[in-house]
Amino acid sequence: MEASLLFIQLLNGLQLGILLFLLSAGLTLTFGIMDFVNLAHGSLYMLGAFICASLTQLTGSFVIAALLALPLTALCGLLIELVVIRQLYARNHLDHVLATFGLILCLDTLAEIIWGPAGIAIALPELLNGQLEIFPGVVVPIFRLLVIAIGLLAAAGLYLVVNHTRLGMLIRAGASNRTMVSTLGVDIKTLFSGVFAMGAALAGLAGLLVAPIAEASIGMGNEIIITTFVVIVIGGIGSMKGAFIAALLIGLIDTLGRSYLDDLFKLMMSNDAAETAAPAISAMLIYLMMALILAVRPQGLFPASSR
Amino acid sequence: MNPAVNPKRLIHRASFWINALLLLLLAIVPPVLFITGQPYWLDIFTRLVILALAATALNLILGYGGLVSFGHAAYLGLGAYAVGIPTYHALYGGWEAIASYNGFLHVTIAVSVSALFALLTGAISLRTRGVNFIMITMAFSQMIFYAFVALENYGGDDGLTIDVRSEFPLISLDNPLTLYAISFISLLLTLAIVYKITRSRFGLALQGARSNEERMRSLGVDCYRYQLVAFVISGALCGYAGFLLGNLDTFISPEMMDWTRSGELMFMVILGGASFLCGPIFGAAAFILLEQLLRGFTIHWHLPFGILLILSVLFFRGGLSGVIDKVRSKGSNS
Amino acid sequence: MSAAASHKTILQTTNLCKSFGGVLATDHVNLDVASGEVHALIGPNGAGKTTLISQLSGLLKPDTGSIIFKGKNVTGKPAHRFASAGLARSFQITSLFADMTLLQNVALAVQAHTGHSFHFWRNATTDKRLLEPAYHYLQTVGLAKHADSIASAVSHGERRQLEVAMALATNPSLLLLDEPMAGMGADESNLMIEILQKLSGEKTILLIEHDMDAVFTLANRISVLVYGRIIATGNKEQIQSDPAVAAAYLGDTSDA
Repeated sequence: MEASLLFIQLLNGLQLGILLFLLSAGLTLTFGIMDFVNLAHGSLYMLGAFICASLTQLTGSFVIAALLALPLTALCGLLIELVVIRQLYARNHLDHVLATFGLILCLDTLAEIIWGPAGIAIALPELLNGQLEIFPGVVVPIFRLLVIAIGLLAAAGLYLVVNHTRLGMLIRAGASNRTMVSTLGVDIKTLFSGVFAMGAALAGLAGLLVAPIAEASIGMGNEIIITTFVVIVIGGIGSMKGAFIAALLIGLIDTLGRSYLDDLFKLMMSNDAAETAAPAISAMLIYLMMALILAVRPQGLFPASSR
Repeated sequence: MNPAVNPKRLIHRASFWINALLLLLLAIVPPVLFITGQPYWLDIFTRLVILALAATALNLILGYGGLVSFGHAAYLGLGAYAVGIPTYHALYGGWEAIASYNGFLHVTIAVSVSALFALLTGAISLRTRGVNFIMITMAFSQMIFYAFVALENYGGDDGLTIDVRSEFPLISLDNPLTLYAISFISLLLTLAIVYKITRSRFGLALQGARSNEERMRSLGVDCYRYQLVAFVISGALCGYAGFLLGNLDTFISPEMMDWTRSGELMFMVILGGASFLCGPIFGAAAFILLEQLLRGFTIHWHLPFGILLILSVLFFRGGLSGVIDKVRSKGSNS
Repeated sequence: MSAAASHKTILQTTNLCKSFGGVLATDHVNLDVASGEVHALIGPNGAGKTTLISQLSGLLKPDTGSIIFKGKNVTGKPAHRFASAGLARSFQITSLFADMTLLQNVALAVQAHTGHSFHFWRNATTDKRLLEPAYHYLQTVGLAKHADSIASAVSHGERRQLEVAMALATNPSLLLLDEPMAGMGADESNLMIEILQKLSGEKTILLIEHDMDAVFTLANRISVLVYGRIIATGNKEQIQSDPAVAAAYLGDTSDA
């Protein structure tokens, strides 16, 4: 019983980690190649969830909706890049932060106008909604396994793209030397737009995968974006490998902390004290870990060599 | 040292009078509004003045230190909970023997807890620069946010009502006019403190680090120490603003420390012109009044507000801060 | 090398090495600067001059070897410790407080030299103890008339002069000047040579410079760096007649 619970918690942690990686991958790409800080990355995650929710209601199928929502979120990203972000590359980080903060206010309010202030839940098809007994006594929702599988696939795909394609070469080159890429005869504007849209698609993917579990809601992006920042800071900004490892680490620690910290505390203090302290400490756990790691390694675990 | 050229003096004098006029208006208008039967507006102006105080504190490190801290709402929250939690535990009874009035206790807690939090988080975040610094300060303030969400004892997500305002001898913060006066005087004192600091050797070292940190190091200056101390001063002042805010609202919730609040505070500083002494007051005034105005038109006031923010960064900010910088550098005068 | 042995050695490196990706940019460098002299460090492009002086000012950590400054081992210490020990450097690429006036630039340097800056209250912008020395150093380099100009607004040559004034303001025991004449026109160069000549009696200077006229005018001793190694050290005549130097260096600077 205890072991099976632990196993399920591990899976949950893995799932959170995967989602965080999808988010941080896009963010760290935009930062690595364009030196751009996008606070509104979480809003794209929210858009992915809402678009998918609407399309599910419209088409009656989550799978079709998800397949349509992905390019649509990328398109939203592209539009945002063209209208706002593109004007900001030459500016400093403070301007990036302020403008994308404005963007969050706009996108959140727009979403509220379109979809209303309440969240939208997504019904899963029978097939995905079931449970699977993977070991005797260990029953897991199929959809969670699917989330993990899709996330890992996306991570693998991203790894292949970055390390084994011409686009990936440009991305890696661009991260270390922007002027060099432009001398290679590559249209840097198109490259930037493409990377931004790709990041948007990854964020949208995370959003639409979360929506059937949690539901699409206003402000869902603003909560997770900070955790994503923690991932990026711990992993080393601009590093894809760092983002992956840190995302899994954070996912597991956060999930396990929330489920087991009170038991751990009860060994050391009274039940009452443990029940008060444990939730607060477990909510702070990943931030404390960030502090610890940064105290030892200010540049994160895998600092990108170019910076 | 050299006799100043006339135009510089002129700009100096003009900006002095504009600032003086602004402060004069803040001294006169809200009380008049209150007396003429507009208590709602006194409330708005009290909030304005308190946020201006917090923004002025943030300006010390953002404007003069060049450190983009995205977590200053946490100090507002810590300061407000420093009023709420002792009151919740009815600590005023027990402390009467020592302090007579719980207000001093609240201020002490608000300022010292904020300073301590700034010291601990600053010590770590100041070892990084640029984007990392932005994200880390954000993360630490969100940590405090989640900690208070998880603290069910103090209302968690729902927040905590402050039954009794901080008590001081002779004055009562229950009187809105008194609270405004205290807030306004506090703002003036904060301005004086920041003004003195920025012109002191400490302030010059801080601005040198903003301008060219590597050069400071090659001059033999360890910038980290100065930035950390500035960070702590800024946090402590912001905590004090939180103490005032708690007394204004008589209610606190974690929502007060959400990172978007920090964004608003930063926006006030930038909008008013960072590294301009009274800039944050202009920024806070513009922010609060714009909010009031847009709220009147639509419940979705965040949308036009966000668009204005983006436009101001895209078109106005480069221009405005450029203008300010030019005026400043032409006007600066040793 | 024993020519200047009668003077007290102020800076000495022993077998200093630094490599980047297997390339020895600094190759067992033994360099000594005697108190009171102007010591020039010359070498063709890519000889490793920048790498060497980055180590001498604490911006780079050497792999092996030691740096003794005023009798103290400062190897591997952070840059601000080198500076507070009395080693001031100017930068090849001008590094100033661009948004401040020239006077403020130098005043900051004076302030940095006069101990810590944890003074929060007294007005430093009118503090005579900062401004008077600052003004004096501006005069020394001929910039007094521009004291209230913003650093980013003055000419390239004037910014280089300001660099020297800032270095002087920390009252250093050793002045490390990284190509002070770089990018200057003939008039500006001559002015700088004049300024440095004025200083040469009172200050110990380690001069990194391309301009051979300047080097031969100013330097008491010259060290030649080629491929990270010092191939010769001596006075003007010794260097000019050294066949190795001629082969490695003077031979291919005919176009410079």
